[in-house]
Amino acid sequence: MQSFTYERAASAEQAAAAVAERPDAKFISGGTNLLDLMKLEIERPAHLVDISRLPLDRIEETAAGGLRVGAQVRNSDLAADPRVRSRYPMLTQALLAGASGQIRNKASTSGNLLQRTRCPYFYDRNMPCNKREQGSGCAALQGFNRMHAVLGASQACIAVHPSDMAVAMAGLDARIETISPGGGTRTIPIGDLHRLPEATPHVETVLDHGEMIAAVTLPPPPPGRQVYRKVRDRASYAFALVSVAAVVEKSGDRIQSARIAMGGVAAKPWRATEAERTLAGAAASDGAFTDAAEAALAEAVGYGGNDFKIPLAKRTMRHTLAAAAESA
Amino acid sequence: MTETKTSNRPRETRSGIIGRPFDRIDGPLKVRGDATYAYENTLEGTAFGYILGAAVAKGRIAEIDTAEAERAPAVLLVMTHRNAPAQPDFGPAVTPTVPEVFTRARPALNSERVRYYDEPVALIVAETFEAARAAAGLIKVRYDEEPGLYDLSGHVADAYAPKRTNAGFETDSVIGDFESAFAAAPVKVDATYRTPFEHHNPMEPHATLAAWSGNELTIHTSAQTLANFRAGVASTLRIPPERVRIISPFIGGGFGSKLIAHADTILAALAAKVLQRPVKIALTRQQMFANAGHRAEMIQQVRLSTGTDGRLTGIAHDVWSATSSFEEYCEQTAVFARSLYAAPNRVTRHRLVPLDINRGEWMRSPGEAPGMLAFECAMDELAERLGLDPIELRIRNEPAQDPERGVPFSTRNLVACMEEGARRFGWQRRNPTPGRAREGRKLIGYGMAAAIRPNYIGAATARVAIDRDGRVTARLDMTDIGTGTYTILTQIAADSLGVPISSVKVELGDSRFPRTAGSGGSWGAASAGSALHNACNALRERILQAARSSEASPLRGAGATEASFADGEVRLGQRSASLTDLVRRIAPDGFEAEGSVAAGAATPSYKAYSQHSYGAHFAEVAVDCDTGEIRMRRMLAVMGAGRILNPKTARSQIIGGMTWGIGAALMEQTVLDRRYGHFVNHDLAEYHVPINGDVPEMEVVFLEEHDDKANPFGAKGIGELGVCGAGAAVANAIYNATGVRVRDFPITLDKLLPALPVIAI
Ligand SMILES: Cc1cc2nc3c(=O)[nH]c(=O)nc-3n(C[C@H](O)[C@H](O)[C@H](O)COP(=O)(O)OP(=O)(O)OC[C@H]3O[C@@H](n4cnc5c(N)ncnc54)[C@H](O)[C@@H]3O)c2cc1C
Ligand code: SF4
Repeated sequence: MQSFTYERAASAEQAAAAVAERPDAKFISGGTNLLDLMKLEIERPAHLVDISRLPLDRIEETAAGGLRVGAQVRNSDLAADPRVRSRYPMLTQALLAGASGQIRNKASTSGNLLQRTRCPYFYDRNMPCNKREQGSGCAALQGFNRMHAVLGASQACIAVHPSDMAVAMAGLDARIETISPGGGTRTIPIGDLHRLPEATPHVETVLDHGEMIAAVTLPPPPPGRQVYRKVRDRASYAFALVSVAAVVEKSGDRIQSARIAMGGVAAKPWRATEAERTLAGAAASDGAFTDAAEAALAEAVGYGGNDFKIPLAKRTMRHTLAAAAESA
Repeated sequence: MTETKTSNRPRETRSGIIGRPFDRIDGPLKVRGDATYAYENTLEGTAFGYILGAAVAKGRIAEIDTAEAERAPAVLLVMTHRNAPAQPDFGPAVTPTVPEVFTRARPALNSERVRYYDEPVALIVAETFEAARAAAGLIKVRYDEEPGLYDLSGHVADAYAPKRTNAGFETDSVIGDFESAFAAAPVKVDATYRTPFEHHNPMEPHATLAAWSGNELTIHTSAQTLANFRAGVASTLRIPPERVRIISPFIGGGFGSKLIAHADTILAALAAKVLQRPVKIALTRQQMFANAGHRAEMIQQVRLSTGTDGRLTGIAHDVWSATSSFEEYCEQTAVFARSLYAAPNRVTRHRLVPLDINRGEWMRSPGEAPGMLAFECAMDELAERLGLDPIELRIRNEPAQDPERGVPFSTRNLVACMEEGARRFGWQRRNPTPGRAREGRKLIGYGMAAAIRPNYIGAATARVAIDRDGRVTARLDMTDIGTGTYTILTQIAADSLGVPISSVKVELGDSRFPRTAGSGGSWGAASAGSALHNACNALRERILQAARSSEASPLRGAGATEASFADGEVRLGQRSASLTDLVRRIAPDGFEAEGSVAAGAATPSYKAYSQHSYGAHFAEVAVDCDTGEIRMRRMLAVMGAGRILNPKTARSQIIGGMTWGIGAALMEQTVLDRRYGHFVNHDLAEYHVPINGDVPEMEVVFLEEHDDKANPFGAKGIGELGVCGAGAAVANAIYNATGVRVRDFPITLDKLLPALPVIAI
């Protein structure tokens, strides 16, 4: 770990300005991801701006009937909020399926969205990794890539985004509110926040340097039943092999609408719009769920170690859709 | 729930202390945080070291630039092969005798050669840990990299036969004519299993604080076997062992990875000498993967043949294991198969493929852990082929005596364990046709496997003293690696001397105390316990002699009548006296005595009997038919392991072992990158061990047993027995649930998925 200087931000605007001022500065929230990366010198900020004490830790009702979640709301608090539990149950399920109790107590909403990949080659400074060191190559491509992406990857990088929370939020059409140095704000649909690797895997989001996430807004809960299903190698405390967040709205035996997002398959929470289209208006049947799953993974490509994720994602989606349709 | 029955022989159980489920004596200390672990020790002026590891797995250091690191704030020393104090060469890959592997010099930073990935190439010592670590990032190293060998399966053809396996067993055993028997048999199994690299990952990392005072070196570390550390440090530093003191009173787990000194210990000692200051070093979790041992990857072929009656005509267990190119380690993976089942024709063989990796080390249940994982699955495959219940198959092949050594068993309750287990587990509910039992969208399966583990005894000496206030102190260089040794030794001394356990203080973990074989091979309780038992007997003799003859003794003249020590009293025939009172009167300075045991292999009883602990494991699993996720439902172990000294600590050992079985069957695996030679998933986020949610309800039952051939207590080792066969029971349950036999461990869902049918919603 390199030496660094540290300041505690007095306000959101000041925090954004403080980071924008120095190219080697970073925000720190819970620190559960950033500090680990700093110890291994994968992240080497020379200056940290601590935003964990800013008054961005409230969950408020919006005029539209949704919720506005402050960037500093802890993962545990968000999962436990009665409004979230009753109106966005798949968000609670996703949060509780992530990490461990201790980490969730520390992890912030914004830090969770912006946590970096767990690709083991990214974590080892001696290995080629385009995300860590531009142009050095991708050790995972021909290496141990069991955890890696099957959708939206490139020859430059096949890493996945590891968050569970973000997958549920993608299924809920969350919007990210940011504040920039100088006080400007903007709102980014969650689907546009993360970038696919293409030739620049080190650029992971559309945020500018110094642009700070202030809140996440959830629109009013979509009609239908919500289910989050995470598939993993042990009962808890393991990243998703694949996960599916599904909201299925039925009218009679027909599916009115569906929203589906997948985790563990891409560099971003992956909205399965093709599958949603297949389902709209279809009879709620095994066949329709299977077709939807096929549509969702139609473009999927495996890299050897992760080939199994394609059938796994299909099977998981099929039964998750069935579960969501059951009592919808 | 645990049910424990232990024999209650009056000869040993004078006050009924042995065999009772006492709480851990050191428990409160640990819960309060008052048990001091190696890295928590502080000495005036301590400096902090951080190790920089090699970025390549094979080659030489062409250039190392430490200038910037040396100039970094608070840095005191940067040590590399260029300026490290002279040490002996590493020496040959195989030591002349078995014990020398524990005592050989293990030099660090003494060569430009890089032998494995993350091998230390520099040590940075600074005023703080943070300063040392930051400076490590400033060192620039250029390597001349050489192509290395990292692939076991690709080089099986180049395998060689070592001279012996770990623990000195014969490399091969051949009885009868296996090939002919196998060729002629009507029913057979020929299956090849793969077991991966695994890492111990004790909770406490390897850590050392070293300090010199003149020529004397004191080392606070986390060691299972102090004598090994002392000898290893002394030979590396080329100083007499008497000048090295090792202190290790508490150990946060070892599992075999702390039997020998590693780089943290050697480098702390060297740096402390150079700086003339105490130096503290810990391996990071990531560094532990390359620098603190592992279980090697193996390929195992098991061939079994029977007549149609299910009686084995042939057993062959062939093992190909990865080893290190510079230091051989051959796990005794097939050795248990020499004693487990009867068959006239038998072969066991161990072969090694040297790779450019660090050496493998002893990892909990060496031999049985990987070996039984394969072999006990093959037995399950055979049972199915025969249409026999797996328990019945094992009963039909129960040997009357050790099938290869031809000597009787001291005790062997394998059949009783299986039968008792079957009854308690509801084994008759198992559907012998796999893939049939379903609950909702879960496939349910039952599996079982046998357990066997040899009983070892290591040479040990203990000293025990009683003072004028009746306080008993026992001292030995034994260690408590979390297994309950403090507690058991306290019970033994209290029982032997007839005093309450509160009057006994057991002091361990200091090389100034009498030498033992430490903790390893499940021999701790039996070896150190027997030595202490003998020391207490000697102490009793000393007290009795004085009691009979001393002027001041109330028992003077009591003659040679029968004596007993119980309830704080000494009884000689009809007369008795309070022990404390007696000592105070006849020996105001108290009494002291020593006792010893010889290494088991040297004793007549070991030569005349086949000595093992046995058990039967049962497992129920649920497999998600959509995702292939495997979750445990319950486990049961029934153990016949001699007399149980403390059912509480014994149960903890067994359930810990069963948890290792879950890990081996379902998730533990370190991936060696075939291109770079590094362990890819080298932290605890990526190297999975079972967490609470993976561990189901576990029941442990100890059968009443007393092995009078083993030691004075009739007890046998249990620390590793829980692992043996546990993973195979899980694997067999997965097969029973799904009808899919995965022979490539661990059984992760991706290996199951392709064969799992899609079930209608
Ligand atoms: C062992 C382990 C297991 C885990 N398992 C899971 C799992 O199963 N599922 C899962 O989803 N997660 C898992 N996690 C990840 C965990 O959820 C993240 O570490 C956590 O959410 C990060 O939040 P934080 O507040 O600590 O972020 P920090 O570490 O503080 O920050 C992370 C990044 O976000 C940036 N950042 C933070 N806040 C802002 C902001 N407001 N604006 C702009 N940038 C910002 C920081 O600069 C940094 O780059 C696991 C973590 C560990 C260590
Ligand atoms: S997958 Fe991405 S993060 Fe992993 S090694 Fe390749 S470039 Fe780096």
